[in-house]
Amino acid sequence: MSKAPLRIAVAIAWLAALLNFFPLAWMLLASFKTEVQAIASPPLFFFLPTLDNYRGIFAQQDYASFALNSIVISLATTLLMLLLAVPAAFAMAFYPGAKTRDLLLWMLSTKMLPAVGVLVPIYLLARDLHLLDTLAALVIVNTLSNLPIAIWMLFTFFRETPKDIIEASRIDGANVLQTIFLVLLPLVLPGIASTSLLSIILCWNEAFWSLNLSAHNAAPLTAFIASFSAPQGLFWARLSAASVLAIAPILVFGWISQRQLVRGLTFGAVK
Amino acid sequence: MRHQAQGMKRAVAASLMLAGGLLLGSSFSATAATITIATVNNSQMVEMQKLSTQWEKETGNKINWVVLEENVLRQRVTTDIATHGGQFDILTIGSYETPIWGKQNWLVSLDGFPASYDMNDVFPSVREALSANGKLYAVPFYAESSFTYYRKDLFDKAGLTMPSQPKYDEVRTFAEKLTDRAHEQYGICLRGKPGWGENMAYLDTLVNTFGGRWFDENWKPQLNTPAWHEAVTFYIDMMHKYGPPGANSNGFNENQALFATGHCAMWIDATSGAGLLYDRKQSQVADKVAFTAAPIAKVPNGSHWFWSWALAIPESSKNVAVAKSFLQWSTSRAYIETVGKSDGWTVVPPGTRKSTYENPQYLKAAPFADFVKNAIMTADLNHPTAEKVPYTGIQYVAIPEFQAIGTTVGQMIAGALTGQMSVDDALREAQASVAATMQQAGYTQ
Repeated sequence: MSKAPLRIAVAIAWLAALLNFFPLAWMLLASFKTEVQAIASPPLFFFLPTLDNYRGIFAQQDYASFALNSIVISLATTLLMLLLAVPAAFAMAFYPGAKTRDLLLWMLSTKMLPAVGVLVPIYLLARDLHLLDTLAALVIVNTLSNLPIAIWMLFTFFRETPKDIIEASRIDGANVLQTIFLVLLPLVLPGIASTSLLSIILCWNEAFWSLNLSAHNAAPLTAFIASFSAPQGLFWARLSAASVLAIAPILVFGWISQRQLVRGLTFGAVK
Repeated sequence: MRHQAQGMKRAVAASLMLAGGLLLGSSFSATAATITIATVNNSQMVEMQKLSTQWEKETGNKINWVVLEENVLRQRVTTDIATHGGQFDILTIGSYETPIWGKQNWLVSLDGFPASYDMNDVFPSVREALSANGKLYAVPFYAESSFTYYRKDLFDKAGLTMPSQPKYDEVRTFAEKLTDRAHEQYGICLRGKPGWGENMAYLDTLVNTFGGRWFDENWKPQLNTPAWHEAVTFYIDMMHKYGPPGANSNGFNENQALFATGHCAMWIDATSGAGLLYDRKQSQVADKVAFTAAPIAKVPNGSHWFWSWALAIPESSKNVAVAKSFLQWSTSRAYIETVGKSDGWTVVPPGTRKSTYENPQYLKAAPFADFVKNAIMTADLNHPTAEKVPYTGIQYVAIPEFQAIGTTVGQMIAGALTGQMSVDDALREAQASVAATMQQAGYTQ
């Protein structure tokens, strides 16, 4: 690649990165402003920072309880999802039937349905099973919601694995579970890791079902953020502080695991 | 291989146990004395949350708070009530939903409160707004009307005098004289953000006072009429010439912020905005703000609105007695006095009780008190327009379909405000859309 196109590509990459980063940076700045400073026109870049918003949040809401719910929902969903998605993707990748591709497409098509379309049936099911405002309801719904994506991702990773290795392990006497857990999974660990990381991020950010199926006991951090939006009065600074607190754990988690995530997502992309 | 297989089995079993444990641990039921309250995040509700520990100590009961954004709360609570989910024992709802949900038998009737509650102290007009079929379905936490805020200093500097009952022609003249775009000072700030509770709340009062109405007595939509044309054209013209830029994204909060930071000479909106504008900590114009009645164009009917945030008990609640006890405590005269003593009299829940407006401490602390009371008392929900209508409600039509049609029409008028379509086109499309909805809902043939 000659220098000029390379520079343009780098410039575009920087621009995209800055565009992505700016709202987060602005939110972080706003969280240390007073409410009047947060809506000042022209916008303030230099000001005396205050921790009042954070103090107010901790006085008004039990952050730890919301955060714990988010952690439990994300981890339990990811675990349950992997238990279902790994065997499904294994069967589809190594023992495909005549309708496997149709099945994969159908599963993906369920993601095209707006969630609100099934709100009432799922709400009624949760009510009848006494699962309203429980973590179990959110874990089940999130698992079902993320399952198509997980199966697709794992299917893609599994297909990259030579079939001969699977056949060799079967000849050596391994049963299906042994083949999956002792032979296949170590080979596609980056793929499993990136699927898990994506699932955790999706669960952490999921708002629709969290707001609709939880009330108090199972409310995660997305409900925590929603509680700081006000119909009257100024609230941008405090809402920004609440958002910073809500995204901070997943941002740190994403930053630590970014190498793994990128490796997994580009697995098999270059041969 | 066998050792590895056993290890693998143990790992799978441990994973399943962990997942199961996480799920089981999450499902726990509430005790009988724990009630769940769904509410919005405004200053008065936050105050109620803070003070409710007193009620918890006095009664031994416990409260779980679910605080949500207004529209999310409305949708969330509607789903729960319509499906009898039973997630909430007390709801914060408005004067729009209360009679509609009351008629559907979704709410517990609140008649029969003890004499100590002094129901006669609650303004009759507020009680009426929260009733259906002669039964009270919610008790008011606070109530509001709309009026005109203006900058006394700017009026004095320009040699202008704001009348006690301004006319819209006068408002337009004032706006023209007080607009100074070079210094980001705008003559008038009005709601432009589309939504039945946003731009349409204000526009409904404007249409009312221009002599218009949403429906005739047979529920036929009346949007493509001269009164609507005149009102909407007046609004858009005034906003283009004397309003702030990007007005189509300004709702109550944005306009309040603009006024509080000194960018608006006039603002016509909810009386509940006064507390913040008079608060020196939050407002840069606290010593410069003044108020007067909402303007009138042609007729006085429906020129200022009525709204109340109230507390109700859904039929699906399993703790009705405890919930009633909390309602009696949180909307009582004693509660208002507690707030006044602990946090100052300017922030007590306004507009609900006669006794609040007889309290000399409140009258001294809130210069707008009598004006707000008068605006609330004269907002006539039953006669919102000059011509007869089959509905009640000033800045809304108290039918379930209004949320949808109000927001659709609000989007079309916002489109006209941004210049995407003409007023003629917006109202023609609005008329067709509302007519179709009303026909589908069975109001018209």
